[in-house]
Amino acid sequence: MKIKSQKDFFAGLMFMVVGVAFAWGATTYSVGSGARMGPGYFPLMLGILLALIGSVITFKALVVETEGGDKIGAWAWKPLFFILAANFLFGILLGGLPSIGLPAMGMILGIYALVIISSLAGNEFSLKGVLGLSTILAIGSYLAFVVLLKLQFPVWPSFITG
Amino acid sequence: MDLLNNLALGFGVAFTGQNLIYAFVGCLLGTLIGVLPGIGPVATIAMLLPATYALPPVAALIMLAGIYYGAQYGGSTTAILVNLPGESSSVVTVIDGYQMARKGRAGPALAAAGLGSFFAGCVGTLILAAFAPPLTEVAFKFGPAEYFSLMILGLIGAVVLASGSLLKAVAMIVLGLLMGLVGTDVNSGVARFSFDIPELTDGIGFVAIAMGVFGYGEIITNLAQSDEDREVFTAKVEGLFPTKEDFRNMIPAVLRGTALGSALGILPGGGALLAAFAAYTIEKKTKLRPGEVPFGQGNIRGVAAPEAANNAGAQTSFIPLLTLGIPPNAVMALMVGAMTIHNIQPGPQVMTSNPELFWGLIASMWIGNAMLIILNLPLIGIWIKLLTVPYRWLFPSIVLFCAIGVYSTNNNTFDIWMVGGFGFIGYLFNKLGVEPAPLLLGFILGPMMEENLRRALLLSRGDWSVFVTRPLSAGLLAAALLLLIIVLLPAVKNKREEAFVED
Repeated sequence: MKIKSQKDFFAGLMFMVVGVAFAWGATTYSVGSGARMGPGYFPLMLGILLALIGSVITFKALVVETEGGDKIGAWAWKPLFFILAANFLFGILLGGLPSIGLPAMGMILGIYALVIISSLAGNEFSLKGVLGLSTILAIGSYLAFVVLLKLQFPVWPSFITG
Repeated sequence: MDLLNNLALGFGVAFTGQNLIYAFVGCLLGTLIGVLPGIGPVATIAMLLPATYALPPVAALIMLAGIYYGAQYGGSTTAILVNLPGESSSVVTVIDGYQMARKGRAGPALAAAGLGSFFAGCVGTLILAAFAPPLTEVAFKFGPAEYFSLMILGLIGAVVLASGSLLKAVAMIVLGLLMGLVGTDVNSGVARFSFDIPELTDGIGFVAIAMGVFGYGEIITNLAQSDEDREVFTAKVEGLFPTKEDFRNMIPAVLRGTALGSALGILPGGGALLAAFAAYTIEKKTKLRPGEVPFGQGNIRGVAAPEAANNAGAQTSFIPLLTLGIPPNAVMALMVGAMTIHNIQPGPQVMTSNPELFWGLIASMWIGNAMLIILNLPLIGIWIKLLTVPYRWLFPSIVLFCAIGVYSTNNNTFDIWMVGGFGFIGYLFNKLGVEPAPLLLGFILGPMMEENLRRALLLSRGDWSVFVTRPLSAGLLAAALLLLIIVLLPAVKNKREEAFVED
């Protein structure tokens, strides 16, 4: 059988998997009856509904002809990786990872790391420009979030501030 | 006059120096972020939400209203100048707006959008003030069954207007509802789908979803396109003000757009979007005056009417939110989340228990609209400059603001992990051609729906027929069914598909 719409086929598949997962998870809680709904009742209902809709979408993707096969196309691995890596690295530097004994390095270092890594996701990269941008953003964020809005951030590495 | 008294109360609250400053700052920030290409109002509001945390509730809401209008207007600016609709309702503005900009008439186009929006906003605010109290009375007659049916109607309304596949939009809503259920069940205290992660027992943070899916997801998608696809209009904008001839064309269009928008905005489910489309269609059907530019080539009516309709609709879509506590679209869903952070549960009780807040908010909406005109017409030059900021500087800053913003919601790095995960999911959604806005709506409504379904069935002893035997509830369900049937009619279906590809 040929897939007639790749996007719909995989979207349907995703909905089916997620729906079944939620429904299956819901059965581990008490389901109860309509008059006395347990915590599992509504998620079970919705999970089954989602799986059903997903299967209809998948079925239609196999039957209904679409122009050009509705291809998903190439994945943009580069921006995907660098944007998410920048995000996670920022989190690690900001808060530290107590589970492996990594101390918090604070917001300022995190900002430099985030801007440098995320800039790698773009097509052009100039270290000078990126460092300039990081410095501006670091000063701006410090003024806006810490001084002006008084949000609580670890600003500097914890081993310096103690 | 009750209406005048109420409005006076509201303006008394909103017209303090401090609150005016918050409205101003909100508008400024909202426009500043909203004007950046590739960031829609949802992402803008999610990103700026942390800026309101430290404020008292009234001030925070006023600032949020400012951010909301600023984001909307900023979105129109990008739509007109860059041919990049930041949200679905400015899709029609793009058609004639961008053509005007290419002809060097970006100034009049932006002014038409601004003035049209302002007028529509004023009318919308009055309608909101006049209709909210009687509707609140109705809302008190609503039992759980009615609320449940109303939410069904709202969700159906939202998907009907979504572009693309109806079925996929419904699936996204259900997915959103399910995600909304993650966390501790209020009735039994069972932590559902939390995988023993303490942070998840409070539920998934909606800011993390909004920023991840709308912020990161869109950045990754944008970066995946080559630079040539992002045509930025940088030519000089001359002659800000519309000519006399422009005004003569514009005024009736704005009036028609406002009327249409006010009426359609009240409907639960993306009323503003429908209003913008309908307003554009009507303008297209009316006869061209001699010497007028045809539609699709830069007719000012094609900008003024949908923008007015859009803003009037946005204004009146606060009615279901404030009277019933039900958000009609993704932006409003975000506003609900924002209000809950400030310990305000939107719904009929807000008006009676907290009239200062309620009327203050309504007054601040008008102030927000006025602020936009004061701020944006003179500053159009600056916003245009902002559009020329290269994307390679823009996107790292957006990533940074998202990461900092999401961290500050709970001061917990867990939210940073979540927003990264949702960034991936957002890109996946984009690749699979599913629209994320219904997901956010479902996410906010999930717990409310479960609660009302539970109560309704508890009262009826498990009898599902309660939804059709109570007249109000039956009426709402019938309306939802009618909507579905209308959309599925072949004639309308083709028209709908046509409307969404027309750009």
